[in-house]
Amino acid sequence: MTATSDREQMAYVSAQAADARINVELDTGDMTLNIGPQHPATHGTLRIAARLDGEQVIAAEPIMGYMHRGYEKLCEVRTYPQCTTLINRIDWLGSFANEVPFILAAERLMGVEAPPRAQWIRTILFELSRIANLSLFLGDMGVQVGALTPVFFAFRDRERVLNQIEEVTGGRFHPNFDRIGGLKDDIPKGWVDETRSVMVKMRTFCDEMEDLLVGNEIFQARCRGVGVIPADMALGYGLSGANLRASGIDWDLRRDANPGLAWDQIDWRVWTHPDGDSFARYWVRLQETREATRMVDQLLDGIPSGPIMAKVPRIIKVPAGEAYISTENPLGEMGYYVVSKGDLGPFRVKIRTPSFNNISVVPWVMKGVYVPDVITILGSLYFILGDIDR
Amino acid sequence: MGDQPTPEETLPADEDRENLLTELSESLGEILVDSYLRPHEDLWLRVRVDNWHDAVRTAKDAGFAYFGFLSAIDWNIAPEGRYENTEFDAGLIEEDEEPVELDASTGYAGGDTRFQLLMQLHSLDRQLGVILKADLGEDLTVDTIRDLFPGADWHERETHEMFGIVFQGHPTLQPLYLPTEFEGHPLRKDFPLLARQVKPWPGVVDIEEIPEHLEAQLEAEVMAAFEAEGGEA
Amino acid sequence: MSLLALPYWQETAIKLGLALVVIPTASLILVYLFLFKMMAFMQSRLGPNDTGPYGSLQLVAEAIKFLQKEDIHPAQADRRVFRMAPVVVLASTFLLYVVLPAGPDAVVQNLDTGVFYAMAVSSLSVLGILMAGWASANKYALLGGLRAAGQLIAYELPLILAVMGVVIQAETLNLQGIVEAQATGEIFGFGAIGNPFILTQFLAFLIFMISAQAELTQTPFDMPVAETELVGGFHVEYTGFRFLLFFMAEFGTAFAFSALAAVMFLGGWWIPGFDVDDNVLNILGPGVMLAKILLIAFFIFWVRFTYPRLREDQLQKFAWKVLIPLALGNIVLTGIFKVVF
Repeated sequence: MTATSDREQMAYVSAQAADARINVELDTGDMTLNIGPQHPATHGTLRIAARLDGEQVIAAEPIMGYMHRGYEKLCEVRTYPQCTTLINRIDWLGSFANEVPFILAAERLMGVEAPPRAQWIRTILFELSRIANLSLFLGDMGVQVGALTPVFFAFRDRERVLNQIEEVTGGRFHPNFDRIGGLKDDIPKGWVDETRSVMVKMRTFCDEMEDLLVGNEIFQARCRGVGVIPADMALGYGLSGANLRASGIDWDLRRDANPGLAWDQIDWRVWTHPDGDSFARYWVRLQETREATRMVDQLLDGIPSGPIMAKVPRIIKVPAGEAYISTENPLGEMGYYVVSKGDLGPFRVKIRTPSFNNISVVPWVMKGVYVPDVITILGSLYFILGDIDR
Repeated sequence: MGDQPTPEETLPADEDRENLLTELSESLGEILVDSYLRPHEDLWLRVRVDNWHDAVRTAKDAGFAYFGFLSAIDWNIAPEGRYENTEFDAGLIEEDEEPVELDASTGYAGGDTRFQLLMQLHSLDRQLGVILKADLGEDLTVDTIRDLFPGADWHERETHEMFGIVFQGHPTLQPLYLPTEFEGHPLRKDFPLLARQVKPWPGVVDIEEIPEHLEAQLEAEVMAAFEAEGGEA
Repeated sequence: MSLLALPYWQETAIKLGLALVVIPTASLILVYLFLFKMMAFMQSRLGPNDTGPYGSLQLVAEAIKFLQKEDIHPAQADRRVFRMAPVVVLASTFLLYVVLPAGPDAVVQNLDTGVFYAMAVSSLSVLGILMAGWASANKYALLGGLRAAGQLIAYELPLILAVMGVVIQAETLNLQGIVEAQATGEIFGFGAIGNPFILTQFLAFLIFMISAQAELTQTPFDMPVAETELVGGFHVEYTGFRFLLFFMAEFGTAFAFSALAAVMFLGGWWIPGFDVDDNVLNILGPGVMLAKILLIAFFIFWVRFTYPRLREDQLQKFAWKVLIPLALGNIVLTGIFKVVF
């Protein structure tokens, strides 16, 4: 299994580094370069200790923990509704999507099911936070390769989506809106039409990104063939989300393991790309953002009427049991393994975050690349630091 | 598995998972200690810790090649409880209700020891997930599965620093999150959460009911303000 | 003939004073127009709009801010070299302005080997950048300095080779001579607009602009600074006034290179319908030059705001495998045409 991937990796290294051989002959010394924890490309406080030979990376080791907040321990001393406040802050760019799997796990343990209307609105907000999250990635990837303009477009257009989320939930980044058994509130009047017009704008934004970056020769030169992750490596490292699909694996939890949201009632498709390089990861996310706007359009058409809250007791006690629920979050598979002992709060919560697995591939994929490629690979793997450190 | 909640009778049989369970119990044989199936939810398998590596390999050969996560559970009940014995927390428990007694049960598929290894794998072909568990002995040692799933590398490091479980054959069991000089294993139940011990948790105030004497007073204040604005009582 | 007949020292004093005003003003204009306003417009932002009319005094505020900042040296820095580096870079910019003509007599010093001189002093800045990168005692700065050295030397060649085409066609190294050659030239017997070399030397113009982009370390060739990789590269350790010097040098050089391109390819200060040595052009010429410079600078910054950055090896490949052969081919072609016609 590893033989093929190692060979691919070696071919990549030798193709990239024509001058490495000269360096070996001259017996140059190594240099350790600390990329981060304060570095514009690490979106927070990730640190990558890279051993360099010239500009070529010999070994790269991510060092994290600068933002470890111990959420798994803190969840153990909180009640279930209080946990969502913490969980919001794991992936802070797509925060509503964080709450959903945890709430679903608690609902499964309690045997409660949210009414259809709540499930639909959950799905809409879930996809909106995906658009908000991924649109920032689409612009930010431009900054990583040196183009400043896309990120400003991204900030401009993400604002519209955040406004829509804010109108429903009252919070731009930490909505804390999902409840066990349903939602806190219904959607406001006129919101559906506004959201529809925002979706049109987001599709224009995707077209702009396609023009500015995907079609750009320099962007392609920087990203194509860089940071190739073959399919078996992606599976072994447990990559998820667009990183997995960019390696040619057709796997999307929304379609393949839907935990009860409205994804199976609308018409959409999963995008994959066979290359597994940085460009493929960007391309897949671009298509996913566009697909998500179409999904929101369909979802807005079919919101069922009815209550938004199931009957749940005022003080929530979850019966003993265990449940693992994961959903396809903007960054990838986010799952909560909740162990309950019939108490007010969970006994143990294991938070399986996408970025943790996605970044664990870094030492493997960064052997032999150049320093600028470190940045594009990190950018294209797309992590949120709160999502790694938890 | 007598004390476990029985799955709802109304659900149709989950044939995929039942077939999977039969298949895996055959190939695992002696290694499988216990299993538990919740239809349309998940499948739990408890295996012997000495054969952890073999069990994971068997699962991988059966198609579970997509690594999810690896962690552990400490089934010990914390000596400090959930730090709920403060005055604030009193309001949480309704008067006519018995305080919750945490039982010593150890989850689905059972468990005999304090620490239990926990792992989740996906199968893309079957579109199913499986959860593997293993009871850890006194020495808290288990073989590494880094060679099967390279992604387990970091998860094992994390489990090591959080629970103190030793993965034999793992070359770099250095802390992942904590500073190098940190002592203790934070996710163990007997590791005190200092912040909570120093300061009581104020988070339950929002569901506390307003005491009766204050309620009357508040109502009077509101009425007074209403009348002062010239409204009719 | 000269407009004013002044003693040498008076003339020098006036020229020096003018240069000291022109260079900061030039960078100020570029920064305000392009970096602040055009960039903001392209990125659908407002840009500075509070300080002065349309935010035009923002740069003054920024300069005052820089002057107030503490002058920090890294502990391990080679202090003397660290302090000298920005001065060396700025000196290279200042020296460039010596030969830039803005009218028949509106030039600081009309050198016979003006083109040669301009190319020579512009490469001085490499030294300053390398000094800054080395003396900062910072790995990012060192990487940036080395990248800058490799890049500037690689792009010096196509730059000079591109200019060679112009020199062959104008038969002079004197910048005034090049303007004159364009003014008196004819296109197939039609001489009303002269013969701006952008028409005959279009390939050279393209190569010149691309190499100038690299010389100025503007995107897509901004690896020496590369904010997201090297966090600012060679000037990462500089603060306050010393950083301001680098900043001024960057935009001052951009202005100077635009001026060189305007002189060599767009006909310089000459206005169709005037004699080449008409005294009026000493008054009108600077305006014409400014318009042409802004036009060229617009393209430089347009590319800067639009394109992503290349990788170091791709940049070198582009210089050695594409630009230099093309420039050599251009020289051969120009030579053949020169002999034939």
